Amino acid sequence: MTAPLLDIRDVSKMYRRSRTELVHAVRSVSLAIAVGETIALVGESGSGKSTLGRIALGLLNPDRGSVLVEGRSLRALYGSELRRLRTTMQPIFQDASAALNPRRSARQHLLQALAVRNAATEPEAITLLESVGLRPGTDYLERFPHELSGGQRQRLTIARALAPRPRLIVADEPLSGADVSIRGQILNLLLEIKRAHRIAYLFITHDISVARAFSDRVAVMMQGEIVEAGPTERVLTRPEHAYTRRLLAASAGFRLGGSKELAAR
Amino acid sequence: MISTILEISDLTLSYATPGRKLMALQGVSLSVGEGEAVGLVGESGSGKSTVARVALGLTPAGVAHIQAGCIRIGGRDVTHLGEDAWAVLRGHPIAIVFQDPLSFLNPVMRVSRQIAESVERHTPELAVAPRVRELLERVKLSASCAASYPHELSGGMRQRVLLAIAIACRPKLLIADEPTTALDVTTQAEILALLEELRVDLNMALLLISHDLGLVASACERIYVIYAGRTIEWGPTARVFGAPAHPYSEGLLHAAQTDRDRDGRFVTIGGDPPDLTHTGVGCAFAPRCGYAMAPCTEAMPEPIALAQSRSHMVRCWRYAEGSLSEPAGGMAEQP
Amino acid sequence: MRRFWPRFVSERAGLAAAAYVLVLTIVMLALEVMPGSDPHAITSEVMLPPSAAHVLGTDELGRDVLLGILHGIRASLTVGFAAALGATLIGVLIGAVAGFYGGILDLLCMRLSELFQVVPSFILAAVIVALSGPGLPQVVAVISLLGWPQVARLMRAEVMRIKHLEYVDAVRCLGTRETSILMGEIVPNALAPVLAAGTLIVGHAILLEAGLSFFGLSSADIISWGRMLNSGQRFLFNAWWLSVFPGSAIFLTVLAFNLLGDALGSALNPRSAGKK
Repeated sequence: MTAPLLDIRDVSKMYRRSRTELVHAVRSVSLAIAVGETIALVGESGSGKSTLGRIALGLLNPDRGSVLVEGRSLRALYGSELRRLRTTMQPIFQDASAALNPRRSARQHLLQALAVRNAATEPEAITLLESVGLRPGTDYLERFPHELSGGQRQRLTIARALAPRPRLIVADEPLSGADVSIRGQILNLLLEIKRAHRIAYLFITHDISVARAFSDRVAVMMQGEIVEAGPTERVLTRPEHAYTRRLLAASAGFRLGGSKELAAR
Repeated sequence: MISTILEISDLTLSYATPGRKLMALQGVSLSVGEGEAVGLVGESGSGKSTVARVALGLTPAGVAHIQAGCIRIGGRDVTHLGEDAWAVLRGHPIAIVFQDPLSFLNPVMRVSRQIAESVERHTPELAVAPRVRELLERVKLSASCAASYPHELSGGMRQRVLLAIAIACRPKLLIADEPTTALDVTTQAEILALLEELRVDLNMALLLISHDLGLVASACERIYVIYAGRTIEWGPTARVFGAPAHPYSEGLLHAAQTDRDRDGRFVTIGGDPPDLTHTGVGCAFAPRCGYAMAPCTEAMPEPIALAQSRSHMVRCWRYAEGSLSEPAGGMAEQP
Repeated sequence: MRRFWPRFVSERAGLAAAAYVLVLTIVMLALEVMPGSDPHAITSEVMLPPSAAHVLGTDELGRDVLLGILHGIRASLTVGFAAALGATLIGVLIGAVAGFYGGILDLLCMRLSELFQVVPSFILAAVIVALSGPGLPQVVAVISLLGWPQVARLMRAEVMRIKHLEYVDAVRCLGTRETSILMGEIVPNALAPVLAAGTLIVGHAILLEAGLSFFGLSSADIISWGRMLNSGQRFLFNAWWLSVFPGSAIFLTVLAFNLLGDALGSALNPRSAGKK
């Protein structure tokens, strides 16, 4: 049994909202992600899923518990060692316009990310751009974030996340900012990347249908705790926890009439 | 024969700022009759929010110019109405709720006071306190919530406050512009149920504007699909979503259901949303359309009826007489 | 940055202001090289109104007003620039550190800035001058010390806003050091409002210097517009040119820097002229 890629053990995180109010964002959460596995973390706002995502990325230190990446505890590392380990995990955020530095061109963003593995060359940047569907790459090099459409910005953030050749991508609501008609494009891209590079995903979303379409396992979060976890099919067809059932019922109410296979064209 | 409360006919509206001109609407036609639940579906850059605003004269003066078409409220032509005349019309017969309640509520005023303001303005003949209590009951807000400030309430509760303020005016038509987008899935369901209840109890028509197809499908009897400032397909929900005619509606439907094709890829519409500063004469969807033909780049077709009853209409060259052709390779998927 | 110039040029008021400042600077530099006639020269042509020989008139000691104004540029511009630079440097540093690191450091920096803000500017200036004698360096020091809190607050607010943006986290995930993040990612994006405020300080500095001179608190052998106003105020009704011209010079220069600040602010914003 190989060690999981990311092992979150009994992690808790609290915030002090005011002098008297303490918010338990994450309560004793344990989650393990194997190499190449996709886990969807589903929950509504205030469930703590984004906080957990940031803890997984090493951006936040939990108050209790530990986070092990490739078997090594993040807490035990300092300085350059910690920084190096961080690059195995890369983020994709919801708001692509806040996820890019408005003063840097696409080229500068990618070169900065490529420098992590000493591959900061223009040909590499162009290859990256084209691998996320921004073709021809040379056209996009000098563009600034505000010169790109929403979908193109999201693709650029994906390219940047891929640059250091990470083993895990933590995607926090990557589709929520995109138009419905573009979401499929981004999903296809993420799927393609998953197949080509065997990258593990922690896919954080409030949208169950996306979780269903994309992940191997699903963990449902409510008020800081994981209330249910298991293989996607099982959790979404035979949910055990009441909250999972409520979530499914609420999104099912909006289904347009079941999934349809596209007829042959 | 139900009376029409709002009728927009072939409206063309542009936003002009120094150096830029944006065609926000280019031929939008829409009508809402008494007691109906109508949906307007579109994505970013479609112009759907502009429709909401133009129906209440809320487009920025001096920047927004109505270049063609007309708007009628209760039969009266309001296309070029002045600000004073609009002030009388807002609230009754048409009221509106928006997406982000926090931006539309006064942060330093208690919620009950804000509802009371609406009552005083629109129904001055009524005793304020009992009416406010009645409204709170209708939107299912407790008295303790009512005494709070907006930032102390959850998103769902704030939206209920906006609804209370809106129905205080006894509107004949409520326009809801993305009312549930900022809310959680479970809260969305509650607000939607509330909207439906209000519609039935108060015999109020509803124009629900959203990018969420599922939402609109479950709440509305008739749907309009808007793309690049043009209404391109409309009709009964069951027909538009059951058998979408326009390639955009079709693509949207598949994308919304995260359908997959035979290769396991998610069905999507290729390309990017339209740029409203550079619009041509042809169909704005042509660059992304897998069925694009020669006439598509030259002009927009007039609405074509797909049923004898003329209830289901589409603006697409595929349905013009004798021009049904083979698709040019299915949905164009370009990055 | 290549977008900076087209945007800057398109703001006409800012362009006119920049041209004005450029002209002033050129005149100032030219006078350093070729002093020409001595503005201090006391002649017998006393209290002459504007004429062909003396375009802006002469004062009570027969000194040419035009020469006085041209030579006065030096005092105003050097004080203005130096003071603004000093205030901006101190303010940016303190504000960035306070905003980014927060905690005790933030607390200390803010209390420090409040200390300097609470002191009435003119009184402080007068006290320092009284203690260390008049002179341009003293005025520059005073204005820098009084001006930095405003810059620091702006910087701190911007840094606090930016440090929460996702792209900062994204760069953190690339293994970048915290100080590199502050200097490389955050500060460049926080500078725009700060630079605009910095140009306002120039105007403020020029006014303060003029005020000090007006009250006779600056050294007599430095020609400054304020000092000219000081001498001229006695003759306001019989020799209007002694007050109007220096006063206009002050007004125009301060206005120019304010407009420059506005134009700079919008030109530095990468989104201002484009879409979205």
